[in-house]
Amino acid sequence: MAELSFSRENKWLRRLLIMVSFVFITVMLILPLVQVLAQVWDFGFKNFWEAVTDEYTLKALKLSILTMISAVTLNTLFGLAAAWAITRFRFWGKGLLITLIDIPFAVSPVIAGLVFIMTFGRLGWTYPFLEAHDIKIVFATPGLVLATIFVTFPFVAREIIPVLLSRGTDEEEAAMLLGSGFFQLFRRVTFPHLKWALLYGIILCTARALGEFGAVSVVSGHLRGKTNTLPLHIEILFREYHTAQSFSAAAILVAAAILILVFRNILEHVSEKDREF
Amino acid sequence: MSYLSIIVLIPMISLAVESSGLGVRGFWDTVTDTRTLIACRVSFLCSLAGALVNAVFGLILAWVITRYRFPLRRLIDGLIELPFALPTAVAGISLTVLTTDNGWLGKPVFDLFGIRIAYTQLGIILAITFITIPFVVRSIQPVLEQLSRDYEDAGLLLGAGRTRVFFQIVLPEIKPALLTGFSLAFARGLGEYGSVIFIAGNIPFQTEIAPLVIMSKLEQFNYDQATAVAVLMLFFSFTIMFFVNRLQAKISRFTGEH
Amino acid sequence: MFIELENICKSFGSYKASDEVSFGLKEGALGALLGPSGSGKTTILKMIAGLEIPDSGDIRLDGARVNNVHPSKRGIGFVFQNYALFRYMTVFDNIAFGLKTRKTARAEVKRRVEELLSLIGLSGFEKRYPSQLSGGQKQRVAFARALAWNPRLLLLDEPFAAIDAKVRKELRSWLRSMISALKITSIFVTHDQAEAIEVADRIIITNHGRVEQTGSPIELYREPATPFVASFLGESMIVEDYGRLLGFEGAPPNSRGALRPEFIQIYGPGEKIQYENSVEEATVVSLAFRGACVEAVIDLHGFQLSSGYSLEKPSISVGGKVKVLIYRLYAFEGDKATLVNNSRLEAHGNGYSFAI
Repeated sequence: MAELSFSRENKWLRRLLIMVSFVFITVMLILPLVQVLAQVWDFGFKNFWEAVTDEYTLKALKLSILTMISAVTLNTLFGLAAAWAITRFRFWGKGLLITLIDIPFAVSPVIAGLVFIMTFGRLGWTYPFLEAHDIKIVFATPGLVLATIFVTFPFVAREIIPVLLSRGTDEEEAAMLLGSGFFQLFRRVTFPHLKWALLYGIILCTARALGEFGAVSVVSGHLRGKTNTLPLHIEILFREYHTAQSFSAAAILVAAAILILVFRNILEHVSEKDREF
Repeated sequence: MSYLSIIVLIPMISLAVESSGLGVRGFWDTVTDTRTLIACRVSFLCSLAGALVNAVFGLILAWVITRYRFPLRRLIDGLIELPFALPTAVAGISLTVLTTDNGWLGKPVFDLFGIRIAYTQLGIILAITFITIPFVVRSIQPVLEQLSRDYEDAGLLLGAGRTRVFFQIVLPEIKPALLTGFSLAFARGLGEYGSVIFIAGNIPFQTEIAPLVIMSKLEQFNYDQATAVAVLMLFFSFTIMFFVNRLQAKISRFTGEH
Repeated sequence: MFIELENICKSFGSYKASDEVSFGLKEGALGALLGPSGSGKTTILKMIAGLEIPDSGDIRLDGARVNNVHPSKRGIGFVFQNYALFRYMTVFDNIAFGLKTRKTARAEVKRRVEELLSLIGLSGFEKRYPSQLSGGQKQRVAFARALAWNPRLLLLDEPFAAIDAKVRKELRSWLRSMISALKITSIFVTHDQAEAIEVADRIIITNHGRVEQTGSPIELYREPATPFVASFLGESMIVEDYGRLLGFEGAPPNSRGALRPEFIQIYGPGEKIQYENSVEEATVVSLAFRGACVEAVIDLHGFQLSSGYSLEKPSISVGGKVKVLIYRLYAFEGDKATLVNNSRLEAHGNGYSFAI
């Protein structure tokens, strides 16, 4: 079509924009990833393996995984319950509930950590009670879990609420009239609609829980080997100028991040296909 | 409901209670302290800059991903969420090493322009930009995907040039989404801690951000003052959210179709 | 403006949206592009407007080839399927858009918009936003916007699809009278044959990216050139091996054809029959009241045929015998359709000559 004297797309503009995108993505997203790998590469495999299998690194990794699993499990259950309540029932304080769900998004993680110190810490008003029963929350594992839950808890609820709202209640009412019980109703009728949104929410929740830094940093008290999650451990190593060790530990999280990203993209692809039917 | 109360409500209330222990006078002194104010200004300006950078590049990225077909498009699309998947601390150390004076990015920039990135406000902006990339792109993308080409064609047939079509027809359509993405990025930038503290260098009065002020007050066991700063920051973020909601309500009122 | 398309081809990947499309339309005519969805109607319309570019072939407006002319310089007004009104602009700004892009003086813009608003009967709606208008009003605004710059050709893509049935009829006649008053050459796309027959002077029937036939509504109805047109336009019944019917014995083996209800005359018991030697006996299968007449389904040599039966005629009942005369049918041969008259009637010199 060389004879055309006009075109709907400006070829040069198109090329320019694509190029800008590539440059931006390369500098902002790919370079930091490559940097981590390069650091590890320079460090050598043997050293890398030593750093990764270091006692404290492994302990931090274990704690991170524990925190992540608790946060994801609890938030998934809560997300389902809250989403169900918001979309299916009318009750007093519903508007407030919806607003509250969003709060962790609007609040700095540092503040999120701070509120837990204020509540359960030495100056907190629950402290006498906790002290009397010998319960340790702040500067201990429960605090880490609580802070992580706080920061990650909108993810699941926010993903499934729109799906439940848009689906309406017709199918459930039909199923109820046909005499199905609650669990059957949920499993057969409701769940198939929201499984993709739920999975997506869980993935986001997992990523954030694994990587949470600010909130956890505040409540951890930095007790190495006791309340250090992997991100906090990375910080300490980096500050002590063990840059290579720090990057080695970071490589574990990078691998997790890439895995999460790949999984998310597969999920998106599959769910799009699923929606076509 | 009770789960929510334990996780969110009670802690938030205790924050308010705690800061009241400081008294009005003490509260005022803390939040008007020069170091605090400067840190707040740094936080505010840097996250504003980061959000603006993302508004521009996010728009370009969303446009390129939805409108053009080219090799590696899927890869770019898939990478957008990386900042959500990558722990902020990892992003922080990686960006720091990348932008120091002998880093891959820092060295050429310093050699060419004499500009330092790491340990300056530029570094803070870079970290915040990285963290908030997905917000704008992912807000605009679905709107662009659903925006019928007919609007642009109508403009074209009515004699409008590309620039006019973009600014008068396409941009108004994506403005609400752009605004949402921008404000989410801005709010997230204000509170960001993990990625920023490494690259910022945390020099008081220069590259100290508000969350870090809270942190250092905490490390000095100065809980009252830490809480006061936190309340101030909360006030800022809620104000931003409030105005954005108002603005969005105004925009969506006359379209009616949203 | 008169318009000609010659051998237009357009493919999207392996999908052929237009395959050797050729047709023409005279100055001031109102044409309809009619076809099932996916038959390539909208693509043709967009190519005329310059929004799609043909792979090969010529588009001529007033005899000049416009393939290379920018869409905005072809003198075309376009009404989009969902109107594509700019949601963030008022009615005034929507209509004024095309004038402003062409650097019209402000006073002139105001005058022209007011003139158009009174033309479409929406004076006083200047400050409204599209979301505050009903479907019919939106369509009128889209119409006014397309007309603002005095185009010489108006293209409308499914102009009535988004409007509910009640308003649709009203709007059809409004548009019809508006276009004939303005004397502007127009083409609209539709998949609704009733709409095309009612509104258009000429119909271009498309199927699978090809033009099946072009003609006035009555021409197409009475002389369909292809099996597709015969079965798509109006009501028709497909008959296989129609040589079994009296008067059509000359049919080739494995013949196919189509009958319209009005090609069938049913005589009740005792009724006077004009062409005694051309009728056959059939059994009534079912009867359904249709208001003006009764729709009778009869079994004739195994064919289930339906036709109207006047309430004034002798009464018939299900299972009863009637006499049936077939005047004519469309015989299909490959992708050709031809009208075949009953050979026994031709002796009587009876043709298909009624004209409006």
